[in-house]
Amino acid sequence: MKIKSNIATSGNGFIFNPATGDSFSGNAIASEILAAMNRGETDEHIKADILDKYDVRPDQLEQDWEDWLVQLRAANLLEA
Amino acid sequence: MQKLKYERPFIKKLNAGVMNKFATGNQSNPVTEIDGVPVKKLITEHGSPLFVLSEKKIRRNYRAALRAFDTRYPKVQFAWSYKTNYLNAVCNVFHQEGSWGEVVSGFEYQKAIKNGVPGNQIIFNGPGKKPEELLLAVQNDSLIHIDHFNELYTLIAICAGLSQKPRVAIRVNMDTGTYPLWDRFGFNYENGEAWSAIGKIIASGKLQLVGLHCHIGTFILNVSAYEKATTKMCDLAMRCKTDLNNPIQYLDMGGGFPSTNTLKGAYLPGIDTVPSIDDFAEAITTTILNFGFKQTELPLLILESGRLLIDDAGYLLGTVIANKRLSDGRRALVMDFGVNTLFTSFWYDHQVSPAQEFNPHLEPMTLYGPLCMNIDTIRENVNLPLLNAGDQVVVHKVGAYNMTQWMQFITYRPGVVMIAETGRVELIRSPETLEYVEAMENQVQYSK
Repeated sequence: MKIKSNIATSGNGFIFNPATGDSFSGNAIASEILAAMNRGETDEHIKADILDKYDVRPDQLEQDWEDWLVQLRAANLLEA
Repeated sequence: MQKLKYERPFIKKLNAGVMNKFATGNQSNPVTEIDGVPVKKLITEHGSPLFVLSEKKIRRNYRAALRAFDTRYPKVQFAWSYKTNYLNAVCNVFHQEGSWGEVVSGFEYQKAIKNGVPGNQIIFNGPGKKPEELLLAVQNDSLIHIDHFNELYTLIAICAGLSQKPRVAIRVNMDTGTYPLWDRFGFNYENGEAWSAIGKIIASGKLQLVGLHCHIGTFILNVSAYEKATTKMCDLAMRCKTDLNNPIQYLDMGGGFPSTNTLKGAYLPGIDTVPSIDDFAEAITTTILNFGFKQTELPLLILESGRLLIDDAGYLLGTVIANKRLSDGRRALVMDFGVNTLFTSFWYDHQVSPAQEFNPHLEPMTLYGPLCMNIDTIRENVNLPLLNAGDQVVVHKVGAYNMTQWMQFITYRPGVVMIAETGRVELIRSPETLEYVEAMENQVQYSK
């Protein structure tokens, strides 16, 4: 999944969509994932990095990833 | 290398609306123990969901309420409202503290007797007393609060063959400026029905009119309503003495005092808006003291408070079964307790706290129960940390009406423990089992 190219993110979890004027705040891991998505990394690569770095089971991450994409879609941050 | 602590990713839209000028405390701080007993230990030993009652808090509430009244008025008696919570362990704490029993059915009456409450310290209220229950109350010299004319004439008929004259009061309903008017119970003050009932009681020669009773509503937030009610009750009492030469021994002002729960639809939390028991006590006692009774003829003041004395002494512990997203992106949690267990979630926005430490990120979410029914919503919108399946929560101020109005519906009713003042945890009601639920069913002989 790719986030829209015009979405601005900051290192401390602030997200701004200049097309709609909506702004969001996220937790640390959300910022990290958004930064990776901004760099064009694939979902699988991002998830593998998270599993390496964080104490989380793969099935839990898979479940949370689904939830993450729902949030991005609801916030209108994903490319169509 | 040790891995970092994981938290599921989330984003929250920032709204640039008008800020709420009323600051409220963060209600999502974790509550990891109750009266010094870890929540995790309670759930491990007694399962989830689980009701927890604090004996220390019950006694503290009772003493505070009694103090509010007896420091302002010389003759005060509390009667524990059985319907609020009639678990014997709870009733007996109140009886130990000196409370009489206030019951509204034959079933509750039997419970009070079984709990050792002397018959003459049981107040029998309610519109549905059966003749045999009335007879028992007469024989036990209980205080019978007559609700309607049918009951009055039934009681007179019961007493026809008895030498005993039962001690009775009438329940009076009245306009106190609150809505709705609770005129379905008792005799109306304004239209003269109450005075007429009093006249019939005296004229019968079979009953002793010793008191007057009212209960103007429930969760009353308006102190002045009690002032109006007390004035009208005092007026009736004074007329009983002057016009009928029948002095009234007690005024029972009922209950209806609110706890600090937040009513659904309220803008501010209950903790910020609910008057204190001292406010109610001041209104009631000042009105009686200023009404003109001689010092030696002041009636005993009886109070039947329930909710105020037990609500914040009760907690419901529960566990997250699942978390999910609704179609519009909102977060929802499925809990292991529903409206069948937490009946008062129909009335209140109960405060819910996580039972373990979380980071400070909050997410707005809906809390659903486990019932396969669309009505099973515990909180429509609450800010909570990022809870996962298996995480535990504490629901606050659930001591009143839940352990009596809960329903055996779809799931079993959970166990109830009481944390004694010593810190000992007592299982005061076991969780239900299939055998318990089916115990009253009978085998059917089918034709096929």
